[in-house]
Amino acid sequence: MSQSLLLVSLQWVVHLATLLLLPPLIPGLINKVKAAMAGRQGPPVLQLYYDLAKLARKRAVFSRTTTWVFLAGPIGTVAAGLVAGLLVPFGQTGTPLSFEGDVILFAYLFGLARFLTVLSAMDTGSSFEGMGAAREVAFSALAEPALFLGFAALAKASSSLSLSTMLLGSGLGSGRIAGPLILVLVGWSIVFLAENARIPVDDPNTHLELTMIHEVMVLDHSGRPLALVLYGASVKLLVLGAMLMDPLLPRAPQGWQNWLIFYAGLGALAVAVGLVESMMARFRMTKVPQFLIAGILASAFAFLLLLV
Amino acid sequence: MRLYLLAVLLVASSGFPGLFLRRRGGEVAAVLMGLGALLGISAAIRVLGGGSVPTLALPAAPLATPGLLTLDAIAAFFAVPVFLLPACAAVYGLGYWDDHQENAHTLHLVLGLLAASLAFLVVSTHALPFLLGWEGMAIAAFILVMTEDRLPEARRAAWIYLVSTHTGTLALIGAFVVYFSASGQWLLAELPRGFAATTQGTVFFSLCLFGFGFKAGVMPLHLWLPPTHAAAPSHVSSVMSGVLIKMGILGLVRLLSWIPDPPFWWGAVLMMLGALSGLLGVAFALGQHDLKRLLAYHSIENIGIILLGLGLGTLGKSTGHPVLQVLGYAGALLHVLNHSLFKGLLFLAGGSVVHAVGTRDLEQMGGLGRRMPWTSGAFLVGSWAISGLPPLNGFVSEWFIYLGSFRALGYFRWPWSLVVLTALALIGALAVACFAKAYGAVFQGAPRTEAAAAAHESPPSMLAPMGLLAAACALIGLAPMVMAPALDRVVAALGVGLGLPPLAHLVSLPSLSILALALLVLAVLLWRWLRPEPAESTLPTWDCGYAVANTRMQYTASSFADGLVGGLRWVLWPRSHGGKVTGSFPIDRPFATQVPDPVLDRLADPCFRFLALGASLLRFLQSGQLHIYLLYVLLALLTLLIWMVA
Repeated sequence: MSQSLLLVSLQWVVHLATLLLLPPLIPGLINKVKAAMAGRQGPPVLQLYYDLAKLARKRAVFSRTTTWVFLAGPIGTVAAGLVAGLLVPFGQTGTPLSFEGDVILFAYLFGLARFLTVLSAMDTGSSFEGMGAAREVAFSALAEPALFLGFAALAKASSSLSLSTMLLGSGLGSGRIAGPLILVLVGWSIVFLAENARIPVDDPNTHLELTMIHEVMVLDHSGRPLALVLYGASVKLLVLGAMLMDPLLPRAPQGWQNWLIFYAGLGALAVAVGLVESMMARFRMTKVPQFLIAGILASAFAFLLLLV
Repeated sequence: MRLYLLAVLLVASSGFPGLFLRRRGGEVAAVLMGLGALLGISAAIRVLGGGSVPTLALPAAPLATPGLLTLDAIAAFFAVPVFLLPACAAVYGLGYWDDHQENAHTLHLVLGLLAASLAFLVVSTHALPFLLGWEGMAIAAFILVMTEDRLPEARRAAWIYLVSTHTGTLALIGAFVVYFSASGQWLLAELPRGFAATTQGTVFFSLCLFGFGFKAGVMPLHLWLPPTHAAAPSHVSSVMSGVLIKMGILGLVRLLSWIPDPPFWWGAVLMMLGALSGLLGVAFALGQHDLKRLLAYHSIENIGIILLGLGLGTLGKSTGHPVLQVLGYAGALLHVLNHSLFKGLLFLAGGSVVHAVGTRDLEQMGGLGRRMPWTSGAFLVGSWAISGLPPLNGFVSEWFIYLGSFRALGYFRWPWSLVVLTALALIGALAVACFAKAYGAVFQGAPRTEAAAAAHESPPSMLAPMGLLAAACALIGLAPMVMAPALDRVVAALGVGLGLPPLAHLVSLPSLSILALALLVLAVLLWRWLRPEPAESTLPTWDCGYAVANTRMQYTASSFADGLVGGLRWVLWPRSHGGKVTGSFPIDRPFATQVPDPVLDRLADPCFRFLALGASLLRFLQSGQLHIYLLYVLLALLTLLIWMVA
């Protein structure tokens, strides 16, 4: 009894530590992969940690048009991302919190983060940021159905409504589920790239072009608020990445091995994103909806396959 | 029951003293209304808490049936917003519509009468008082919409409302006649099994759906809703949107409680109508420039969400799935209450803005967040809740419906509930877009007009009701378990089968609260870490170094919504005028876009115009000369004579 309690609390500690400390590593890995593909040396893998430390010491600059809502975006992104991180299992290591229907809360927490980010962008009164905000809400309206149709397919396959069972359920390995699962993952990969503002939907590196979504919304943030924005984006990368990878990760006999598998999976995901970004260009703005609709169709077909 | 009737009486009479007082009529009305609300809500809470169900019978012979009025669980649940919102509106009206403004006394009087007829309607379990309450509500609302009767817009809106509501009432009278022929009584109680499957049952359902749907503003029948909500004074709009349209839902809920075995297709129809209203409601809201019209379209959207829940529950009822009944019905009912709270809040906050700026046009506002901090906070809470985002109340009710639809995926061979699921996901995303647009255009950035720059905060009498409603939204969001026992009682009245599981066994409400608290604690900690220096900033928005931007260059509400409106133009059919620039040095060009209502502007208006044209062709018959009329009489007699002989 006491040993299992110890294990559970240890698992909590590792989960929280991973959730809080690991995220800034992922953008670093992605950038390293991109640099390697381009034959450059690239910034250090820990660059985002250095940036965050630097920003935390800097004073923020606020525009005279902004109100407290301007700060709600960064705060909301981080808070919602971290709470969502409590609901998603990190590989086969078990979830700190899991209950019936947490999957909807999980999705809506990201909705909350988006709502607050958009409002904080609009708070500056700049048309630049307004454009980014308008695109964000428009594209997310297409990403949301893809996400939920994927949830529906997994809920049907696993007869469960809690994220951990849906993603790691025992039935997922069987041949009947394999086809739909692949389609769901295809749909979710599209959602993953769109939600995290990665190529081919958005380019995290551009700042002064009009064809961008997420970066333009945070143009006016500086100092600690900017640190939260960057940190929040990396938390989102981790949490949604975990959601995407979970069904693929095998189960190891020992608990600690599961953690190693998860970290390896995360590294593989970062490499995959880096490769996609190296090999693809960003889509023209008008193509992005078609890309997202492809995601909806993939998830919808996954569901259809489960019916037959 | 005495307590409840006393409350109704107090509310009904609240406006009368004002007629004879030279001053302070509004204050007296507000006090009476508040007192009535306290009594009424306490009576309702006693029933919802498990007290006995009081009923009333009159000694007079034709009405001597026990159960003329019954304060059962359904009535008590609807009675809470019915008392709460008019009381909030009455207090708010003190600042918003003071005694010197036009028709102020009428407004106080009729607002009380409206609240009283609503409260009366809620407890009516007999066809006669039901129709009386229904008519009282319709006429009182008509007078309230006419408050600014010097404006042609208000007169037109009130007229459209009157025609619509009476068309609906006509259908209801028909429905009650069918009910009588089926059950042999006017008392509204459970109908025999098997009735719903007959042709008569189908007719009954269709008439009810039409009559109640008209009041609720279900999508093809919503035509009266946007103009009315826009033209009425804002606190009246808050009552109409918060509780009046819910009477349509009350009717449908009552209908479902009379039928022990609804056919499967009833649930499917409710679900389809819900998806239609929800999606089109939010889509048309995106295209609006008028703050109050935008909110009105969101009422249509939320009625859609409620219907999705009712439809899901009805699927469960007809196929005998208790879990589905509980989740669908509880979600729908909680959303009724939630929508009353946050839509009432939004209309009050919107009214506060309209009051300060003097226009409802979103493009003429901006920057009010700095000038009206409390109002902007209230509007933000309302937007947050209506978009269904955690940790506020809108999320909880949508969560129940989501859970029900996910569960239903495993129950049926065909994934009916996929409609609910995708519709809810899309509605949620579009509602976020629409409220980001509304909040951004009104409260954020820099003021676009001088009126907006000169705006200042509303008086405490207007802010207090908003605070109350916002607190209620937060309470239900953070501690949804307080609602569970009441919801269980109402669902038990609605559903069928003894083994309905309690809500608390189906959903983990404490987990939701814990996570909501975690979210709040994290947010507070981060806020403390960020807290900006007290020095007032004098710097402009950086905007990539483009420092000479003027306020008219901000992203407007229309430009914000343009991407989505363009993507949805196959449904919305937006119109735009002007805007073409030619030559190297173009002169000023006006440009306007609008999204007309599909039913009112594109269907009903041309049809009625055509009818009016046809009628005017017949006008020559009415020449006004006596001898011509005598000729008509003679001709009629002759025709009759020939007909009889032949």
